[in-house]
Amino acid sequence: MRISCPICGERDRREFHYRGAALTRPAPDAGEAAWDAYLHLRDNPAGATRELWYHETGCGAWVVVTRNTLTHEMPGCELAAEAAR
Amino acid sequence: MRIAGNGLLGEARQVAFSFDGRRFTGLEGDTLASALLAGGVRLMGRSFKYHRPRGVLGAGSEEPNALVTIGRGAAREPNMRATVQEIFDGLEASSQNRWPSLGFDLLSLNDLAAPFFGAGFYYKTFMWPKSFWEKVYEPMIRRAAGLGALSGLPNPDRYERAFAFCDLLVIGAGPAGLMAALVAARSGADVILADEDSRMGGRLLAETREIGGQAGHAWAAEVLAELGAMANVRLMTRTTVVGAYDQGTYGALERVGHHRPRHSRALPLECFWRIVARRAVLAAGALERPVAFRDNDRPGIMTAGAVRAYLNRWGVSPGRAVTVFANNDDGHRTARDLVAAGVHVAGVIDSRHDAPLSDAFEVHRGARVCGASGRRGLESITIRSVAGESRVQTDCLGVSGGWNPSLHLSCHMNARPLWRRDIAAFVPAPGAVPGLEPAGACNGAFSTAACLREGAAAARAALADLGRRPAGFDLPQAEDAAYAITPLWAVPGRGRAWLDFQNDVTVKDVRQAAAENFRSVEHMKRYTTQGMATDQGKNSNVSALAVLADATGRGIAETGTTTFRPPYVPVAIAALGAGGQGKGFAPERLTTSHSASVERGAPMIEAGLWYRPGYFPAPGESGWRQSCDREVNMVRGAVGVCDVSTLGKIDIQGPDAGALLDFVYTNRFSTLKAGRVRYGLMLREDGFVMDDGTTARLGETHFLMTTTTAAAGEVMRHLQFVHQCLRPDWDVSIVSVTEQWAQFAIAGPKSRELVNGLLDTPLREGDWPFMACGPVSVLGVGARLFRISFSGEHAYELAVPARFGDSLFRMLLERAAALGGGPYGMEALNVLRIEKGHITHAEIHGRTTACDIGMAGMVSDGKDCIGKTMAGRPGLVDPGRERLVGLKPSGAARQLIAGAHLFAPGGDAVRRNAQGYITSAAFSPTLGHMIALAFLRHGPERIGETVRMVDHLRAIEAECEVVNPVFFDPEGGRVRG
Amino acid sequence: MAELIARTPCAGLLPLAVGGVDLTEESLGALTTLSPRRGQEAALSEALEAAHGMAFPAPNRTTGKAGARAIWFGRGQALLAGPEPDADLARLAALSDQSDAWAVVRLRGAGAVDVLARLVPLDLRAAAFRRGHTARSELAQMMASITRLGADDFQIMVFRSMAATLVGELKTAMEAVAARG
Repeated sequence: MRISCPICGERDRREFHYRGAALTRPAPDAGEAAWDAYLHLRDNPAGATRELWYHETGCGAWVVVTRNTLTHEMPGCELAAEAAR
Repeated sequence: MRIAGNGLLGEARQVAFSFDGRRFTGLEGDTLASALLAGGVRLMGRSFKYHRPRGVLGAGSEEPNALVTIGRGAAREPNMRATVQEIFDGLEASSQNRWPSLGFDLLSLNDLAAPFFGAGFYYKTFMWPKSFWEKVYEPMIRRAAGLGALSGLPNPDRYERAFAFCDLLVIGAGPAGLMAALVAARSGADVILADEDSRMGGRLLAETREIGGQAGHAWAAEVLAELGAMANVRLMTRTTVVGAYDQGTYGALERVGHHRPRHSRALPLECFWRIVARRAVLAAGALERPVAFRDNDRPGIMTAGAVRAYLNRWGVSPGRAVTVFANNDDGHRTARDLVAAGVHVAGVIDSRHDAPLSDAFEVHRGARVCGASGRRGLESITIRSVAGESRVQTDCLGVSGGWNPSLHLSCHMNARPLWRRDIAAFVPAPGAVPGLEPAGACNGAFSTAACLREGAAAARAALADLGRRPAGFDLPQAEDAAYAITPLWAVPGRGRAWLDFQNDVTVKDVRQAAAENFRSVEHMKRYTTQGMATDQGKNSNVSALAVLADATGRGIAETGTTTFRPPYVPVAIAALGAGGQGKGFAPERLTTSHSASVERGAPMIEAGLWYRPGYFPAPGESGWRQSCDREVNMVRGAVGVCDVSTLGKIDIQGPDAGALLDFVYTNRFSTLKAGRVRYGLMLREDGFVMDDGTTARLGETHFLMTTTTAAAGEVMRHLQFVHQCLRPDWDVSIVSVTEQWAQFAIAGPKSRELVNGLLDTPLREGDWPFMACGPVSVLGVGARLFRISFSGEHAYELAVPARFGDSLFRMLLERAAALGGGPYGMEALNVLRIEKGHITHAEIHGRTTACDIGMAGMVSDGKDCIGKTMAGRPGLVDPGRERLVGLKPSGAARQLIAGAHLFAPGGDAVRRNAQGYITSAAFSPTLGHMIALAFLRHGPERIGETVRMVDHLRAIEAECEVVNPVFFDPEGGRVRG
Repeated sequence: MAELIARTPCAGLLPLAVGGVDLTEESLGALTTLSPRRGQEAALSEALEAAHGMAFPAPNRTTGKAGARAIWFGRGQALLAGPEPDADLARLAALSDQSDAWAVVRLRGAGAVDVLARLVPLDLRAAAFRRGHTARSELAQMMASITRLGADDFQIMVFRSMAATLVGELKTAMEAVAARG
């Protein structure tokens, strides 16, 4: 598997550490349901996913990868720092 | 037998080898199979289940029968295909799955009992009694049904991995692959041409067809010479592309050492390549399939194409009176080539009534082979036609039931192949693997001209995708005959007709599966084990599903195929894990004091990737406890030195550095004064403790965080996550400086004396209070000093640039010795911290909260931090949770054990009564008895109570008193003094 | 008076020559990571140019020359190799001294690319990874910085503590490449 790091270019998957779904952290007072969903509830989609990877042995950027679990396509990869803004 | 003047080996060198102890001579370029056939050997193996005598079926990597063991001792390799194994001087090959010998195998009695051994036999028979399965049935079946055996010794061979990149990967170097590579290479693309054979050319080496007016193999040699001279081409022989993966990644197995005597340990046996290709052409060719008929597994019966390969490439005729059985025109070429080479052809049996006739040999039109005899080697076949049955004497029968395109890789990303009725075969679905274009026989194009055409077209398509202009090119002339076939899968009749030779699956087994309602092809496969052997059914899967389709009254397309999964050929685990053997398993991280510690005889303990000394044995000490006790007393009584460089050190700088620390730690750091250190506790977002450590403020916008050794990588990742994903607008930089500094803990009442001996400006009384930090000068070298303590003693940590680490450590030990001190290792460090109730990852093991470790007060009220919200969940602050306490033995039994569980005295020591567990235990030389840290329900409320410790594994019990976890100097007078 | 003695990361391990490939330890002088403060990227590059004669490198690139080089070192980070950093830079960037943190080796000779191809998952083809190009990647599970100094000439950096593993892995690969002949 190859991931196109926005900084380094296309790189082998082994340079990356996988975290999981790319989600927005709830506000401290968002309530139990929001926090439960953020921490524990995950979809298992047959199709497009958005997930966080860390280019650990590369440039050290956290990236948001868009990936299709059915077709293996990876249409997008953007810096998490920019996605979060 | 070798036919003089035939084949491509020419005047090759003679090579001596042995098979089952018998000496043979072959020619350089021979496979073991071709050399044995030349030597008149037809019997090469025994089948898996029935131990039937078997000969070679094919001439390539798909071989199901001729599996042999190569070499001896630790380096012996079982299950090598004789059709792939090249011979070399001194090669030792032996047959497998027979006892006492290949010719006389006692377990061939299984074959006589065959009526009982049909599909599902094991499932039905060995069901009861249940306890018999593991001890009786399975070992018995495994002994009887077997492949070759491993030596059981550590593998002495080296395996290698490597990465390669190209614009175009061409898989297979037959006419289509050569053409594709040539067009792409001439157009300037970076090309890798990989072929699993030792010599490139594919079927051109096995056929007598011409290309552009010259012999096919000569054309191949010319193309290869041109490609070999080009800088943008890499030719990879003996390299099987075994899998197609995401984003143009291909796995390939290269046989590096199998074909030569191995003198050098440095030469790897195999190399596993990861090839990243922007585009790929699949030109893997096609595999011929047999027709099933009674006893069609007799040694001497092989595919018609294999007969041609042995004849035309290796100059070997597999028989003296050869017959051919075919349902297509292709089989007739075998007869023509044999006649041309002067070999007697005893007849061609063609199931089609309109089969072409020949002047050179007899053609039995509309006839079928319905039986074969000759147990250890074919003697005759029985032919059935409208005229009745007749027998033909023959020692070799070439069978052609048609060709199956080698489309396996096109299915590795979940695509299903398409059925083409006109060629009675499956072909790859369009776009099956992104960027992979099939061409030639693997795409159902069987004539040489069509292969050349498709190869060139596939290369042009790839070049267009790559944005390159294809070089002008004229296709050479070649034969373009139509492929005429009338399907015939199995000849009806009594007896057993074999489909899967390696797993001994017959037509009857497949029909029985259908009759027992295993009608799905996936169910049939698992019930009969069809296609589940090491050859993965390359010769037999399509025929088996055709039989299933017939038995269930469905079409072949509707029946469908099983799933093709990587790898295409068997790959040794050692090759897949290449690079990970021995020290390659993980990098070793060594501290600057490593050499000095090893010189002192310190045994090393792994801590993450780091190696740290366990203890430093002194003369006369007989065990670790003795050394450890001495080292603890030394620290408490004088001074000890310990390398703590392995702790993670992270530079956090910038205007928002304080804000970041406030957010990742439960407590506040933005208020910390420069020149001071504070202990911090870090939570995961789910509220459990992640890590702890001290952070120093070196300047207004400069902090230095320390992490535990084990969690350094995880904390770095976490800090970057928090900054980049949650607070991207903060102006802060996070850089690991762990490796820049060699840092030593100097602990004990004489620590200041030791430090002062080295500092250019000695510390005065009252300078550097507890938790102070700052720059110092050590013998002229800029250093950092931290007044922190993990041991509970008056202690410092002194950090110097790592280049001076070795020198400083030696100097510290020398000077410590003069003060009655010395080095201490992990064992003593552990005892010292348990005496002080300091936690490590034994306590913060991922299931403990701040409340559990008595640090609820460290979660600051006035700010948000990672984990704070979830840490407030009722279940996580419940006082009834298992919380940190100290334990000391209070009864006659004095031993405390980490991992032991705690129960109320008098109650049953069973799980539902469990009240907690011990995380750390040690003998305290300071207190003279064992002490332990434990998690106990309502722990801190139960100081003074008695609990019962039970170690079920060791059957050890002890009564313990619950005490404050800080066993030694609870007021902290020593650390501040 | 007693004196602290400096020791290099690969002391006792190098040099090494196998086949046509040489492996030597490099001494680059001071190593300093530069992380520009927010919005100061251009100013830092100018200051770097003024003080040390090189611009702040773009991703996967180096600037400067032997003896004074800036090596791109990750997201928002460069490694100044050679000179002690000018004090003025600290206004514009976070500086961390890394002079002792990295083992630096140089792999040279025909076959150097083949040796690296056994350890590094990078596209090292001449057209993709030219002289002066650099990459952060991994080498046999170790975080590494790899820079091409010439056609068959590479600078490789890993954490100091892993120097022995680095040399061991390179030696094994060098032997395997040489054994193929």
